[in-house]
Formats: sequence, structure tokens, C-alpha cells
Amino acid sequence: MKSMTRTLILILVAALALILLANRLNSSQGYSSGNTLTIYNWGDYIDPELLDRFQEETGITVIYQTFDSNEAMLTKIEQGGTTFDVAVPSDYAIEKMRADNLLIPLDHDKIPNMQYIDSKFMNLSFDPDNKYSMPYFWGTLGVVYNPNLTDLTFESWEDLWDPSLRNDLLLTDGAREVIGTGLASLGYSLNDTNEEHLQEALDKLMGMSPNVKAIVGDEIKLLLANDEAAAGLVFSGDASEIMSENEELDYVVPEEGSNLYFDNMVIPKTAQNVDGAMQFINFMLDPEVNAQNTEYVGYSTPNDAALALLPEDVSSDERFYPPDELTAHLEVYENLGKKMLVHYNELFLRFKMNGS
Amino acid sequence: MNGKGSGNARSLAYIPYYLWVVLFVIAPVVLVVYYSLLDVEGHFTLSNYVDFFTPVYLKMTISSFWYAFLITLFSLLIAYPAAYLLTRTKHKQLWLLLIILPTWINLLLKTYAFIGIFGTYGPINALFGAIGIGEQQLLFTSGSFVFVSIYIFVPFMIMPIYNALEELNVSLTDAARDLGASSWITFRRVIFPLTLSGVKAGCISVFIPALSLFMITRLIAGNKVITLGTAIEQHFLVTQDWGMGSTVAVFLIFAMAVIMFLTGGNRKGVRR
Amino acid sequence: MRKKNGISNLYLVLVFAVLYAPILYLMYYSFNSGGTMHDFESFTLDHYKEVFADTRLIIIVINTLVIALLSSTIATVIAVFGSLAIQNMRRARFKNTLLSLNNVLIVSPDVIIGASFLILFTLVGIKLGFASVLISHVAFSIPIAVLMILPRLQEMSPTLIDAARDLGASRRDVLTKVILPFIRPGIFSGFFMALTYSLDDFAVTFFVTGSGYSTLAVEIYSRARQGVSLSINALSTLIFLFTIFLVVAYYISTRRSEKRRSGEPAARMGVPR
Repeated sequence: MKSMTRTLILILVAALALILLANRLNSSQGYSSGNTLTIYNWGDYIDPELLDRFQEETGITVIYQTFDSNEAMLTKIEQGGTTFDVAVPSDYAIEKMRADNLLIPLDHDKIPNMQYIDSKFMNLSFDPDNKYSMPYFWGTLGVVYNPNLTDLTFESWEDLWDPSLRNDLLLTDGAREVIGTGLASLGYSLNDTNEEHLQEALDKLMGMSPNVKAIVGDEIKLLLANDEAAAGLVFSGDASEIMSENEELDYVVPEEGSNLYFDNMVIPKTAQNVDGAMQFINFMLDPEVNAQNTEYVGYSTPNDAALALLPEDVSSDERFYPPDELTAHLEVYENLGKKMLVHYNELFLRFKMNGS
Repeated sequence: MNGKGSGNARSLAYIPYYLWVVLFVIAPVVLVVYYSLLDVEGHFTLSNYVDFFTPVYLKMTISSFWYAFLITLFSLLIAYPAAYLLTRTKHKQLWLLLIILPTWINLLLKTYAFIGIFGTYGPINALFGAIGIGEQQLLFTSGSFVFVSIYIFVPFMIMPIYNALEELNVSLTDAARDLGASSWITFRRVIFPLTLSGVKAGCISVFIPALSLFMITRLIAGNKVITLGTAIEQHFLVTQDWGMGSTVAVFLIFAMAVIMFLTGGNRKGVRR
Repeated sequence: MRKKNGISNLYLVLVFAVLYAPILYLMYYSFNSGGTMHDFESFTLDHYKEVFADTRLIIIVINTLVIALLSSTIATVIAVFGSLAIQNMRRARFKNTLLSLNNVLIVSPDVIIGASFLILFTLVGIKLGFASVLISHVAFSIPIAVLMILPRLQEMSPTLIDAARDLGASRRDVLTKVILPFIRPGIFSGFFMALTYSLDDFAVTFFVTGSGYSTLAVEIYSRARQGVSLSINALSTLIFLFTIFLVVAYYISTRRSEKRRSGEPAARMGVPR
């Protein structure tokens, strides 16, 4: 009993000491001051130096909180109880938030730096006139492959069905992406809701099962960089990271068309510091700041002026900054409604069970 | 007088636990049952339950139970001797703490490490190559899935068994041996029955969470193993079909309660 | 006999080797200048420097420790009384019902626990942050602690309590002098398993946190899309070494005080360690 009491006291004292230490660190960072801005973003998706710089320039203390999926973030913002001032959701999530009245319209006068954004990335279907969002990064869906392990070049989606790729293909664990691959290979739209087309796509995908080594999430980067498979269906942001780790790999967007995705900055309804949020969005669109952030994150920037500041080998890389002819083929996901999303996932589940 | 007063005091001490049961168990269960009766559009329906009894979910249920069973069985087979041997070591408490310590390192990181270790170019395959077995695909197989699950759960099995063995009176086993019982008989007739409550606690704390495993079904098994936990995760986080996710959860909770009643029945005789 | 010892030692060594293999793997690559968990290029301490330069990460680590220590302690205390409540149920049916209720949170996937706790907190109006995270961790750690404590209670013979009562011990004395010392190993297991649950939890914390309050698990998972950098490996190595140091120090200090106390034989009589 005595030793238990002693242990108990020891633990409480240790916890108290740690709390005091955390408070000291917090106040040395200015986190406890009044003028704060809470940013809700993917983990490690911004150069932390820029947060310090924003703090110095404006006197606003930035609190940075992270999420790991659009859906998890949506749940948090819908439920409330939080005070996020800026969030960085992807395209279809923005469309959903807009429909659900979860966003505050942007005041374009306060964001003069929006002039630097390439016009082809503005005024897209998920947010007409960019009333609610400003592009942060963008990318495509394509195939990363190792030319030493396969002779295929993946200029067409059909290559994913090639018998030589048996048990050598990794897929991203996403219903829209995988079903979309089936749809695109048949020449249908990625936003197709026609029941027959979807069934046709699933039937076709079933034929791909022998090639599929695994259906995985973010760890796909690790696996492809380790040469665990010859090819993988991934987003270009992931692709650039994989290729920076394993230089033998290459990335290609099949020519039948594919997905074009965006992560945009928005101001959710939960915001407490709307002015600060606008300031922050404008700050991130500043060419020099944006260029620095692009170098840190490694995704494709929609900011023309920032792109001009980046080294030539980055800005002229057509795999990540494809020419307009190619981007014209690409489709942004539309919010198909909950029922259709459930249906896509049911089909995807059937595809997964087929492989197990 | 005295007895009654402190009796109340003890009931008072139960209050936090009962409060927890009401607020954090019963309230969420009510919530989950409520959601299970809603479709994607928020209308009342029983369609989720109808959907649950389709081949897709039945197959998933069977595979969940099968894998949970395998994981529990192998965890027990590995943990029992380990716990037994631990009680015979010199600094047994230190060793026990060192068994738990690895569980304090983040699971995602350890899983990433396993991806590296089991990988085509990882150390295990290098070893296989060196001893002439040749390269094997270890990742994305049900074998590696079971292995990593056991890795996660083994400390939960060792703990209660170790405690039960610790309490076992050494003189009891000595007596059995003096009476001429072989080691096996001593184990089967004396040691094992006396540690049964620990074994049971271990099995419960492995089997029940193993039913709802997810994450490593994707990371280690590459979605070649699909369990009810994965389905719930998908419904909550991807399709946002909380209704269907809740339905699967209601089923899991129901299955767990049935197991508790079935295994709990045996206790009657033991208590008195 | 000697040969037998050899085999049993080998078995334990094997168990420990497997348990520590992934951790050693992580630690090894924390020194890799290559920046990935394959292809070791050359030795560097850069990732460690990164850790110490990142104040936000250090605050997160401290938060994680505070939550883990406090929640496990509170959960264990509540669980002790919970186990007593379950054990004292007269009717087997009630007992099984309470035990089933106890295990609901263990069988429920984290996302469900997280989502329902979030709904609960927003309904009640608790501000999301430290308090909500702490309460949630206490809540989901209670059942595992109960599961660890309960078997010890079940093994305790009722005659022991009756005997103590007959000798004039008050209920309070029975609890502190008889029951608690007897279930002590269960309490410690419960505490350590609660620590494990708390340190590993990602989903529940994610849902119930707010105002920038974060724990290490949430931070690591949310970095997965961008790739978890080796500074996290370095951080884990530091935490791991520090914990080993603590565990050994704790063990030695208790050993010492135990030895000192063994001078008073009556104090520990009949209380198995």
C-alpha cells in the first residue's frame, strides 16, 4: 500500500512538472497570447519557417493543428467545438463544405496576391469564382513505375491489365481512384453515375485482380520507393516524394485522362479570426513565400509567379507541370452525393473481396 | 453503525465507475444503435440490418472471427511459456516491464518498420537468401498479418498469465511433484487450472480487440484481409455512412456480449 | 536441468528479440543520412538536431506524457472500484451484464469511440482540448485496467476477507490492508496497459481534441500523407532510451526500499509479490 501511494504521488508530481514545462514552452512561443490564428492542415504540409515568418510580420501567433484525411477533418468542422481559422481541404471536400454551409466567403480585396495564380486553376466546378477557396497545391493521378522492373510505359491505362504485371501492382486505397481507373480505361468520365457504366468498370477491374499485389494507403510511398512492386497507382504529390527517394522511378499520367486534384485554403465557419485568416491566405500566395513552401513540400504549385522563381529543372518538369493539352483531359472529382459515394464504395469493396 | 457508514462510503467509491458506465458506455451505445437505424439521408430504416446479412458482410464476419481466433490461440501458445519462464527469472519484474515497454512506441512507426523488415529487400529475405530458401513474398499475406497482430497483442496476454502464475504457491507444485506427478501432469492438473482466470482474462483482452482490428489489415495485409473493423473504419471515415458503420458496430458489441455470457457462465462453481 | 535452462533462456531471448526487432530497426535508421528507412547511406545526427529545434514537437511529446500518466492513474483508480463492483455483484446475470458493458469500448473501433465522444462533448459543451482529451483517455483505458485487475480479485478467497472482518477490521481496513495489497500486481498491470492504450491512441484523440492541443500519435498519423520523416524515428529513439532508463531506475529504487523493509517481517507477510 505504501509503495502504491508513493508511486501515485511520484506520478502526480511528474505530471505536474511536465505541465509547468509545457506551459513555459507554450508562452515562450507566444501560444498563450490573445492574437492567434488556428490553422488546420495535413501533417508536415507547410514549411514551419513560414509560420514563424508570418508571426513576425503580422504579430499573429499561429497554432498549427493537423488532420490525416478530408473526411476526418469534415467531421471535426461539422461537429464544432473547435476554432479553426484556416483549413486546407481537397476539391470534393470543399464542394461538400460549400453545400453544407460550412465556409465563410473570401473577401478578394484582402487577397491581392491571388493575381499570381494561374487562371486555369481558378473558377473550377467545385468552387465557382473562387468564392470560398484559394488553391494551395494541385496534382494529378497517375502511375509510378520502375523501368528496370517492367517494360510497360503506362501511356494507356490498359497497361495496368497487362499479364506481365502479375502480382506487381500497388493501388491507392480509394474507391473514386480505383473505380475511376476502370471508368477511364473504358473512356467514361471519372464522375460517371450511370449504373451500367459502373458495373462495366467493375467487371473490367475484376480482371485486374491477379496483378494487384496490395491495396494500400499512404505507405504506398514507402513500398514503391523500396521497389516492392513494379508499378503503383498514386497521386503526383506522392509520386514526386517517391521519386526524390528512388531516382530510378518514373511517373506518367495515362493519356485517356485522369483526375486533377486540388488542396485549397478555406475559412471554415468555426473561424474566430477571419481577418487574420485572409491575411494568412494572402501571405501564402506571395510568390516568394509560395516558392519556398513549394520547395519544402514538393507538390505542384498553382502560383505562376512562384513557379518562375523555382529552379529550371522543377518548373520545366512536364510530369508535374504538364502542358495545357494534357491538363485539358483531366477531370476534377465532383461531389456525386452521399448515395453515389456509398455505391462507389460498395463496388470497391466487392473488388477488394475478389482479391482476398 | 460503523459498518453501515463505511458501506455507504464504499458505494460512494463505486460512483465514478457507474458514472463512467452510463456516460461513456451506455450513452455511446444508445447513440450507435440510433445511428444504425438511419440511412445515408437520415431517414429511419432497417435497411442497414438487411444489408448486413448479405454474403459480403457474412464473409467478412467469418474472416474476422477466424483471424481473431487464430491470433488469440497463437498469442496464448507464445505467451504462456514466456510468462512461465519469466516468473523463474532472477529480476522477473524488470523483465516483465521490458515486455511491456515496446508497446509504448508508436504503432504506426513499428508497422512501418515491419514493412521494411518483411520487404522483398528486407533483412528477413536477405537471411532467406543466405540460407538458400530464396526470396519469399512475406508482406501482404495472411501469415504476416497474423504475425504482426500477435506482436501487438502478446503483452496483453503475458500480463494476466504472469500475475496468475506469480500467485501460484510454489509449495503446491512441489507437493504435486513429491507425490510423484510428472511435470506434464503437474502442469495439467495443478498449474494450468489454477492460472485459468489469468488465461481467460488474457484471451478476452486479445480476442475482443482483435475482432475489430483495422489499419494493419491495410498496412501489412494490403487489404487482402478484410475484417469488420476495416468496414466500420471505411463507413465512418470514407463514405460517411455512419448508419452502416454503426450497424456493424452494434453487431460486434452484441457478439462480444454473447461471448461474455457464454464464458462467464463457467465462473459460478469457482467462486464459492 | 542445465540443458533445460538453456532452452528456456533461448525461448525468452527469442521473444525479446522479436519484440524489440522493429524498434531496433527504427533506431538504426534514425542515424541514416539518406532520409529514408531503407538504404543506409551514412551516419548522421541531423535528425536528432531537428527534434531539438522543433519546439512544437517537444510540446506535443510533453502533452502526450502528461495525458498518458494522468489518464492511466485516474483510470486505474476508477477501475479498482469498478472491479470491486463487478466482483461484489451477487447474481451471475448482473455480473455478466456489467462485464459486457465494461468491454464495449474494447470491442468498438476507435473511430466509433472518437465520433461518439465528440458528439457527447459538443452536446455537453465541454471545450475541446486538454480536458476533453484527458477525459476520453480515462474513459477508454478503464476497461482494460478492469480486465487486468479482475482475475486477481476473483482468485482472492472470500474467507480471507471474512477472517479479517472477524478480527475486527473495518471495511476501510479490509480494503487498504487486505484487498489492495493482494491485487497489487493486477493494479500495476492495469496501469501499464492503460499507458499503452493512451500512448497508442490516435483516432479518439483526433476527434476530441481542439485549439492546437495534440499528441504524438495524432501528429505521426497526420504526417503519413507527406511521409513520416526520420526525425520522428530519432524522437522515438530518444523516448525509448529515456523510458528504459526510467524503468531500470524505478526497478532499482523499489528493490532497494523493499530490501530495507524486509527487516520488518510482519509488514509483508502473506502478501505475494
